[in-house]
Amino acid sequence: MDYLYYPGCSLEGTAKEYDISCRALFEALEDRLTEIPDWTCCGATAAQCVDPFLSVVLPARNLALAEKTDTGLDVLVPCSACYLNLKKARQDLWENNALRAQVNQVLEEDGLAVNASVRVRHLLDVLTRDGAVDRVAQLSENRMKGLVIAPYYGCQCLRPYVEFDDPEQPRSMDALIRATGADVLAWDMGAVCCGASTATTKPQVGKELVGRILDQAKTAHAVVTVCPMCQMNLERFQSRSVPVVYLPQFLGLSLGMPAESLGCGMNLSDIRPVLSRVAP
Amino acid sequence: MHLTDIREKLAARPDLTRQLAQVKEQVATCIQCGTCSGSCPNAGFMDMTPRRMWRAVLTDRVDMVFSSQTFMLCASCYVCTLRCPRGLPLTGAMAELKQVAFGLNLDRFKRSTLFYKAFMDNIRQYGRVRETEMMARYFLAVKDPRVPMSYTGMGIKLMAKHKLHPHLPTWGPGRLAPLFDRAKQQER
Repeated sequence: MDYLYYPGCSLEGTAKEYDISCRALFEALEDRLTEIPDWTCCGATAAQCVDPFLSVVLPARNLALAEKTDTGLDVLVPCSACYLNLKKARQDLWENNALRAQVNQVLEEDGLAVNASVRVRHLLDVLTRDGAVDRVAQLSENRMKGLVIAPYYGCQCLRPYVEFDDPEQPRSMDALIRATGADVLAWDMGAVCCGASTATTKPQVGKELVGRILDQAKTAHAVVTVCPMCQMNLERFQSRSVPVVYLPQFLGLSLGMPAESLGCGMNLSDIRPVLSRVAP
Repeated sequence: MHLTDIREKLAARPDLTRQLAQVKEQVATCIQCGTCSGSCPNAGFMDMTPRRMWRAVLTDRVDMVFSSQTFMLCASCYVCTLRCPRGLPLTGAMAELKQVAFGLNLDRFKRSTLFYKAFMDNIRQYGRVRETEMMARYFLAVKDPRVPMSYTGMGIKLMAKHKLHPHLPTWGPGRLAPLFDRAKQQER
């Protein structure tokens, strides 16, 4: 299937390998990603803290650009924070005509208009519900056999919008991981918060919350993530070395794709234990 | 922070007073069960649990509310919102308390205020966040050498992975300036 792609700012910087591996994986699965032309920041955490109106206008601009492509395609978002901002704006604009009119008066400045018809979907939603599981199973030849993987979902792809998984006991990643031949770690930390941006302002928070999560992953060979903020925190606050990889990196490796084509040299954690165990 | 300072500052800002009243309305049916406090991953780091925060809001204790760090420690994980038996939009209410606190320009939140300002200026200028320049501008604004130093270790790691991309700053009106200005007009 084809998708419109909204990478978001992190994927151009600290999460570059997430962008590289997403694009490479979708190409290997023969799905086409079309980057939304001229996309801009969704407002991140900053806009909603200081300017509620801009926190709608900024994502709305990107929704308008997606609609302008006139493709009717779903918007695929790999970053959970961008996903929530775009999704929330889409829902609010859909339900509130007055807000939509007000936002459109601002977007006129850019020659744009939003009608909030586009569907916003997280990467994990797309990978688990659009047939990727079967294709990974066919192509992976159980290459990841012998590995135990801890699926880490974080928060904002699961909550507050309950779209594709249980918001407290998520299971959607299990099938994808098993399709590679690997085993899934039975744990209950997959949907427990890593501290997000509060770990940046208060490192003590990051140390304790991430410590609790990684302690439970002791028997796993790696933790797999679907969010740049989670990835950053899990890699930054390690008391002992745990490989942390993005889900598309892991799936790409299972398909036999070269590590470099998935940005595997860019992770901050030491992921060599995973790379060396991938069956050739 | 003295009680009178916060009350005076709020009185001078009818827009923020109105916003705080809206937060109070949002949590009006709180039954003080404490499910939010029990669910919050950061409750242990807070000077006041979320449950007490809602009580303080409901009883108009603005002094208690804004001398606390509680809402600043909300990581927006949405577990309290999910579990609240009254279905209250608690994560959203915490975000609104942040907005009011930043709007009041309180000294105790100065660092976060400067951080978010640097962030928004960066979006206005370039449309997308250029992390390296944004942090540089934030460091200049805080005027405290200990702040950039606390990020040195992380900076070196990121540099080694070629994840820091210093761009030359571009001047001029800013890529999203017209949009930002129009939004400001609309808000009035």
